[in-house]
Amino acid sequence: MIAELGHIALILALGVAILQATLPLYGLRRGDERAVAAARSGAMTQFALVLLAYVCLSLAFANSDFSVIYVAANSHSDLPLMYRLSAVWGAHEGSLLLWVLMLAGWTLAVSIFNRNLPANVTALVLAVLGAISVGFLLFMLATSNPFARHFPVPAEGRDLNPLLQDPGLIIHPPMLYMGYVGFSVAFAFAISALLSGRLDTAWARWTRPWTTAAWAFLTLGVTLGSWWAYHELGWGGWWFWDPVENASFMPWLVGTALIHSLAVTEKRGLLKSWTVLLAILAFALSLLGTFLVRSGVLVSVHAFATDPARGVFILIFLAIVIGSALTLYAWRAARLSSPGELNFLSREGLLLFNNVFLAVAAFAVILGTLAPLVAEAFGHKLSVGPPFFNLVFPLLTFPLVILVGFSQRVPWKQGVFAETLRAVRWPALAAVVAGTALPVLLQDRWSWGAAAGAVLALWAMVTAVQEIWRRVRARSTVAEGLALVPRAVWGMSLAHFGLGVFVLGISQVSSFGAERDVRLAPGASATLGRFEFHLEAVKQTRGPNYDADVGTVRVERNGRAIATLHPEKRLYRAQQSVMTEAAVDHNLLRDVYVALGEPFDNGDWGIRLYYRPMMRLVWLGGVLAFLGGLLAISDRRYRLAQAAAAAARESTAPAVA
Amino acid sequence: MTRRQQRMFGVGVVAIGIGLAVALTLVAFRKNLMAFYTPTDLVAATVPVGTTLRLGGMVEQGSVKRGDGLKVEFMLADCTHRVAVRYVGLLPDLFREGQGIVADGTLGADSVFVAHEVLAKHDENYMPPQVADAMKTPAGHSCAPFKPVGKPVTS
Repeated sequence: MIAELGHIALILALGVAILQATLPLYGLRRGDERAVAAARSGAMTQFALVLLAYVCLSLAFANSDFSVIYVAANSHSDLPLMYRLSAVWGAHEGSLLLWVLMLAGWTLAVSIFNRNLPANVTALVLAVLGAISVGFLLFMLATSNPFARHFPVPAEGRDLNPLLQDPGLIIHPPMLYMGYVGFSVAFAFAISALLSGRLDTAWARWTRPWTTAAWAFLTLGVTLGSWWAYHELGWGGWWFWDPVENASFMPWLVGTALIHSLAVTEKRGLLKSWTVLLAILAFALSLLGTFLVRSGVLVSVHAFATDPARGVFILIFLAIVIGSALTLYAWRAARLSSPGELNFLSREGLLLFNNVFLAVAAFAVILGTLAPLVAEAFGHKLSVGPPFFNLVFPLLTFPLVILVGFSQRVPWKQGVFAETLRAVRWPALAAVVAGTALPVLLQDRWSWGAAAGAVLALWAMVTAVQEIWRRVRARSTVAEGLALVPRAVWGMSLAHFGLGVFVLGISQVSSFGAERDVRLAPGASATLGRFEFHLEAVKQTRGPNYDADVGTVRVERNGRAIATLHPEKRLYRAQQSVMTEAAVDHNLLRDVYVALGEPFDNGDWGIRLYYRPMMRLVWLGGVLAFLGGLLAISDRRYRLAQAAAAAARESTAPAVA
Repeated sequence: MTRRQQRMFGVGVVAIGIGLAVALTLVAFRKNLMAFYTPTDLVAATVPVGTTLRLGGMVEQGSVKRGDGLKVEFMLADCTHRVAVRYVGLLPDLFREGQGIVADGTLGADSVFVAHEVLAKHDENYMPPQVADAMKTPAGHSCAPFKPVGKPVTS
């Protein structure tokens, strides 16, 4: 019964979405206010229906209702409840449902928080969001219904992919989807601007908090994904330039460019059509990312053959959304003139450079990710490995990080070269001195890469702090100054500080990280740098749905015990699949990572040892950027913008009526 | 310089910058392309010794031989040919005989493929599509369940 209820809720949601996508447009054309207002009630109803469907699927998982095909394929009665609930988004159908739920949630949020915007803007935005929802609900109902049943009912489920049975996977996909789906709001605003021809400073101010929120969630999602891969895949890597990772990185790069170009559009009214194009591309890449990962298209175009209906639907949907958006853009973008000059030595000028580098970076990732697909269509088989990305990315990141420090100091409109240099001379000196010394102090070693990375990182961090300090110093007391720094500036500085932390982490871990594969008999030991690893024993244990070999590894540094780690090798009973559970001892300065490889006939174990300096900083940087994004959207000027729009509406209300 | 000249200069700098960045990206891209070979491809082609390439196929039943420490040797095969692969290190969880895998490495002078990385996807039923293709006979049928066929490349 529950599954059918969920199914019906989805069908009703589709009906509501169709109304939400069409009625407001009709209303705007005919001046029918009731039809325009339907957008808001549609958003609410749709959210309630999709939430109901989502709860139904969760209940089916909680009750282990194996008559539902999707539950049978992704759950098991021994699976802990926590994982049964997160298994909802463990595979294609359920993750689509989560996607639609998030979309309905963002739509609801827009309808609530944008109450005060002009009614026609909100109605257009909600209609566009409704249209996207129509596409997804159709896709789900036509090709990937999570509520489909099968008979006879299997006695037991096939269990959730063991890789996904991890706390990281409980929060990573929802955060990533929050980001992906969040860009649909920026997209909807862009489309509404193109349709209505209204793209002004106010438009940018309405769009910014939504875009920043989406970007913040995507940042956190990508960060969590990296953290999960690091400790769950058992390879000790934190970024593999795997197509699936790149699928989330492409919209992130474009989204980062977008939040910066939106700043220029809001403050100076420039780069309008570029901003709109970025908003379209960010969402297009989010769509592409979702589909690529979930449909298996990315591994090979041939994967389409496994379920032609799905593949064809995806292609058509992508073509409609991206194609119609770009056509509309080509038709209307010329109207979005940007009055005013753009000087290259000004904040907008430097932000333009930022956008150029981010765009090239996005181009590089797209090239590296999609080239194998294109090549395969022409009958060539090739792959683009990490060396390509590892070569290209540092080169593109260096100028970006250098720009960060300057663009906070250069004023809008027109900067003065000498003044700018004077303003940053102390941060620059501090970054160079401390950055050069850092590798020697922490590692007793020197490397150009590590030093260059540390200098850049400290430059970003010091200039971020300086930005706050500059504003504080302008006031009479520190307390007053701190209180008067706008939240948006706090957010920006925190995110840029996070960028510095991230760069510092990457540069140290890639320069000084060490790894070693060894074969050890119980009781034997191996060294890696200053660390000594003793394999004391490997014992068998039994978990809820797996059997495991658990190693006990004592780690010493210079003869002093620092940790006892318990890496595991698990055999999940239902799928008979083997999983490596690495064990990590970490602090801010270093990770020590042990993973069990394979057992040998004579009782030896293959063991992988890693030393990863400053590994945590890579993720800490991402988390700081996320928090910075949240701080920025809480800035009071966005609330003022709402209030101003409300006031404007009040004053013109009689005329409309 | 007049404002206009300044502007043109700025636009020129940006254009040249973008051009350079894209050109460098494309050069790096060309240099880092790794071609995918099946054992049959590898036998047919003349691959220069030392070129990094990606080899995909099935691990032949009964071919895995462990050596001292973490040394391991096995045969990687498709329907018609096989190649000896040498590797030092830990093998992925899903590496086992009869499983489709991908190895990155170089072909040595002795016709033994020296892998520096061995990849097996984290899914029992998953076979890299390229390997799945490699496992097809000319008639289009899969030759799995895999049995060694054809003559070895080495020996």
